[in-house]
Amino acid sequence: MKMKRTSYPYILWMGIFIVIPLFLILFFSITTGDSQNISTFKFSLDNFKRFFTPVYLKVLGRSVNLALISTVICLILGYPMAMIISKEKIKKRNMMILMFVIPMWMNFLLRTYAWLTLLGKNGFVNYIVTKLGFQPLNLMYNDKAVLLGMVYNFLPFMVLPIYSVLIKIDKSLIEAAEDLGANKLKVFMKVILPLSVPGIITGITMVFIPAVSTFVISRLLGGNKYTLIGNVVEQQFLWTGDWHFGSSMSIILMIFILITMAITSKFDKDKEGGGGGLW
Amino acid sequence: MVNKSLKKLYTFLIFAFLYAPIIVLIVFSFNSSKSRGVWTGFTLKWYVELFKDAEVLKALYNTLLIAVSSAIISTIIGTFAAIGIYNMNGLGKKVVLNLNYLPVLNPDIVTAVSLMTLFRFLRIEFGFITMLLSHITFCIPYVILSILPKLKQMNKHLAEAAMDLGATPLYALRKVIIPEIMPGIITGGLMAFTLSIDDFVISFFNTGPGVSNLSITIFSMARRGINPVINALSTLMFIGLLGLLLIINKRTDKNQGERGGLI
Repeated sequence: MKMKRTSYPYILWMGIFIVIPLFLILFFSITTGDSQNISTFKFSLDNFKRFFTPVYLKVLGRSVNLALISTVICLILGYPMAMIISKEKIKKRNMMILMFVIPMWMNFLLRTYAWLTLLGKNGFVNYIVTKLGFQPLNLMYNDKAVLLGMVYNFLPFMVLPIYSVLIKIDKSLIEAAEDLGANKLKVFMKVILPLSVPGIITGITMVFIPAVSTFVISRLLGGNKYTLIGNVVEQQFLWTGDWHFGSSMSIILMIFILITMAITSKFDKDKEGGGGGLW
Repeated sequence: MVNKSLKKLYTFLIFAFLYAPIIVLIVFSFNSSKSRGVWTGFTLKWYVELFKDAEVLKALYNTLLIAVSSAIISTIIGTFAAIGIYNMNGLGKKVVLNLNYLPVLNPDIVTAVSLMTLFRFLRIEFGFITMLLSHITFCIPYVILSILPKLKQMNKHLAEAAMDLGATPLYALRKVIIPEIMPGIITGGLMAFTLSIDDFVISFFNTGPGVSNLSITIFSMARRGINPVINALSTLMFIGLLGLLLIINKRTDKNQGERGGLI
């Protein structure tokens, strides 16, 4: 059958808008010169050398650290939630999953910004704290606020894939384990948890990747002082104009993600399902 | 019993966490003071001012226009691409599938700056066109990923049977394959629309002077304080979408059709 021809327009599109841009970034990352004038480009690895200095390594470390912590928090908060939902009756189940999706319909910048109203100096939380007779807390513009923003924005990405794996688990497996005398904890550790690993993996990647590369959450909730690697990339491309350095950082970010993916995909047997797990 | 109420409490806390900012936004769209955090009384003036605010209305127009066009274009390209990829085999299929995953897996910011570099390189003027092209680019992979499973579920021999019975490939495509994978196409289209409407990072890097969507407007407002008009607009959009969802849910309940189309 000649049906495969129908994909040719997209293959062309992909070449222009996915493959070539990545090669351009790669090209920029290994050259230096005036970003706007290609005749000044010279091969050089200075961009990478510059990245591996304490200033930028610290930024990378901070980004990875925050992303890891927020991924762990999402997993700890999300797994029980996914389990609770998966045990409900089908109608209530769909309803609850929908309730996880609905917040995403409100602009995410606005939702993140709304935390300022809740946590700011004159915010709702501090209002209660001061009414109770305590000193107002400093809740905004620190790494805890950034963490909160990450967990808030990415929690659904953890719950949904885990949930979709949990509902597919064959109930008779659990019954069999119970019949054979396993208690609840044992059933969970030996049956449910191992079977839900693909969902956990999808969840982890779906939380970690946007968390490690965000520049919006850190800007809105961390103030100008709180820099993550995403902020540095943004700065290089939009303000400083050093596209070479910005590109090299994008490449590093990409490699970082690819390594994460390679590690996690080892645990994921259902390859074709991978990124589609959420939906 | 304790266990059950514990579960209820946990569920309540998680949903309270998810919905707290949304409730704040909705409540403060009725606040008569411009500053956030202080409640000074009920008003509808922001809803009136919304329809006079040219900047916000223009941004809304751009957002919707880009979301609708990129959803339509990426659904068309994506549908044909998915059918093509499904019929490919061997190394070619593997390469295309993996390349297709790139925009899904890559951080937004990397996709954004790589497209920005491309447009600069090709000397395309930044503006509406570049924004639309980049939206289509990041939407197509999701469309393909939601159609491919439907193609796999379809009986392989259906299209062949149609063609054996004298249908041209195009006719078989139109009358057999497309109707079979329709749920996937609809899911993909809706997903593209949602992704496009909510996107900030890719739009931010690939827009030009004077062209702004809602996200960009909100981001630039965030420094000087967000105009409550935006709260009013998002409240309206949120309620609109919620209403749409209820209608769709009612209809699917009646038809007992395939659920979860929106998720």
